Amino acid sequence: MTNASFEPVLLARINKPDSASLASYKADGGYAGLRKALDMTQAQVIDLVKASGLRGRGGAGFPTGMKWSFLPQNVTGPIYMCINGDESEPGTFNNRILIEEDPHQVLEGIVIGCYATRATTAYFYLRYEYGHCYRTLQKAVDEMYAAGLLGKNILGSNYSLDIHLHRGACAYICGEETGLIESLEGKRAWPRIKPPFPAVEGAFRRPTVVNNVETMACVTHILNRGAEWFQSMGIPKDPNNPRDAGSYGPKLYCISGHVNKPGLVELPLGVTARELIDKHAGGVWKGRKAKAVVPGGISMGFMSEAELDTPLDFAGPGRVGCLGLGTAAVIVIDDQTSMVDVLYNACRFFAHESCGQCTPCREGTAWSTKILERIRSGNGKLSDIDLLLEISSSIGTIPGTTICGLADGAAWPIKTAIAKFRPELEEYIRSGRKSAAPQLVGAH
Amino acid sequence: MSELTDEMKAKIREHFGHYPTKQAITLPALHMVQDAKRCVSNKAIEEIADMLELAPSQINDTLSFYGYFRTEDAPTGEKRVWICRSLPCMLRGGEELLAELCERWGIQPGQTTADGKVTLELAECLGACDGAPCMLLGDELSLRMTADSVEEHVKG
Repeated sequence: MTNASFEPVLLARINKPDSASLASYKADGGYAGLRKALDMTQAQVIDLVKASGLRGRGGAGFPTGMKWSFLPQNVTGPIYMCINGDESEPGTFNNRILIEEDPHQVLEGIVIGCYATRATTAYFYLRYEYGHCYRTLQKAVDEMYAAGLLGKNILGSNYSLDIHLHRGACAYICGEETGLIESLEGKRAWPRIKPPFPAVEGAFRRPTVVNNVETMACVTHILNRGAEWFQSMGIPKDPNNPRDAGSYGPKLYCISGHVNKPGLVELPLGVTARELIDKHAGGVWKGRKAKAVVPGGISMGFMSEAELDTPLDFAGPGRVGCLGLGTAAVIVIDDQTSMVDVLYNACRFFAHESCGQCTPCREGTAWSTKILERIRSGNGKLSDIDLLLEISSSIGTIPGTTICGLADGAAWPIKTAIAKFRPELEEYIRSGRKSAAPQLVGAH
Repeated sequence: MSELTDEMKAKIREHFGHYPTKQAITLPALHMVQDAKRCVSNKAIEEIADMLELAPSQINDTLSFYGYFRTEDAPTGEKRVWICRSLPCMLRGGEELLAELCERWGIQPGQTTADGKVTLELAECLGACDGAPCMLLGDELSLRMTADSVEEHVKG
């Protein structure tokens, strides 16, 4: 399938009048996938999702069907589903738009996923800042209870499910699945040491599945259209790499930063950053060129202009030295922008959002920010670049010094900025310039 | 006088059936109080702890972790404005917008105007990068902001 002939599925109902209501969703054939699922066995639903090759859309790209099958067999007592709606990775807004415009598409997938995993309670963890989403979702959930799509004996089946909305309180770390679970339990969102993984011991010490919002919307369409349809688009598995799970299905790409038309685009996985910018975002603004592009949220690092033909599938960004596809949030930085300011912004974000539990992350993110503050004040030293590199190579789960991946995410912008823009950073330090950006003194 | 109104207590009790532990109602309860009182007083912390069968320090431990809640020595103004400064907003003038609002209102991020009307906060990514620079007023996002449009929203 070429991108030119691609018809959006996840965004098909966006901008239709009343797209968030149950009535309009049903008029468009909504909840047919759930009816189908309820006529299948749980194992058949899991097998179908496995066969589709669906990988989680939240950032890590773990195969969804496999995640579901990790739940222990013959469990007595409750199994929980947590929906990760804590979308906070800079550049990422796809779940916000899905929920605001078409909540039932997401909720149908949640009921299907819960049925497949035998969960009887789902907690939809939503970042507090998404107040409009919260009210839209609450209304949609109320409609579902009234229509027999939630609660006891859904659509006359033996299956019963409750969904509860749970609002966060402005902390990025709640997007980490065990941070989310701790937060749900009413505690500080300190990620847990794994194992045990949530499938074995998650929310309230019970087997738990944590899934992303867009992932669940994909589940709805897989039930409706089948695994082959899902596999008909995207980038197939690399036959020479047994560990490659492929990149199948449609994906929501968020485009922001220095483009003429920032926004959300749905395309088969594997579109290039250049096509996204030029064909779908109206090109780089002000007739300028791109200097750097973030492929999937700032924790993935930077691609250079020369790397923009890289396909944005799960494997693509890794081939040009980035961490991965992440959330497919593409942030475009034009050639008039200082990479010192950009890198400072990234480091400050992670210093602000580090939960403080692990020393390498808490100290590494804070000190990298301080070093960049010094460079921005015109007092940097050339040796600061090596110091930043040392921090980026010693924090994170990849050297094995922290509990969760936040510090890895903090390291990639540093590593890639230095690998790809070192001459610019050195020139800045030598010049002794001060940053033109406003100095903001925050209370926290 | 109780800090938690009867209505709040009833709402907290409504949540009891939704979770296997009472501690899980910590965030919902803190939100109720913060939204109604613009801060969570020590007395409110004690009353929430009492209802959830926890020590007040457990509630405070959670409260102090999250950027959203204010203690009684630092309540917010009547309205609370968050301006995003993360990369997509920074690239489209988010920091300049914040600096302009600081200048106009005579405060730093985190502070409240002298008349108590508005608290200005700096936010990390608000999830509205398609409309950078963006703002959160209460819990509603607004996109493509200028200093003038922020002031209009705050007045409106």
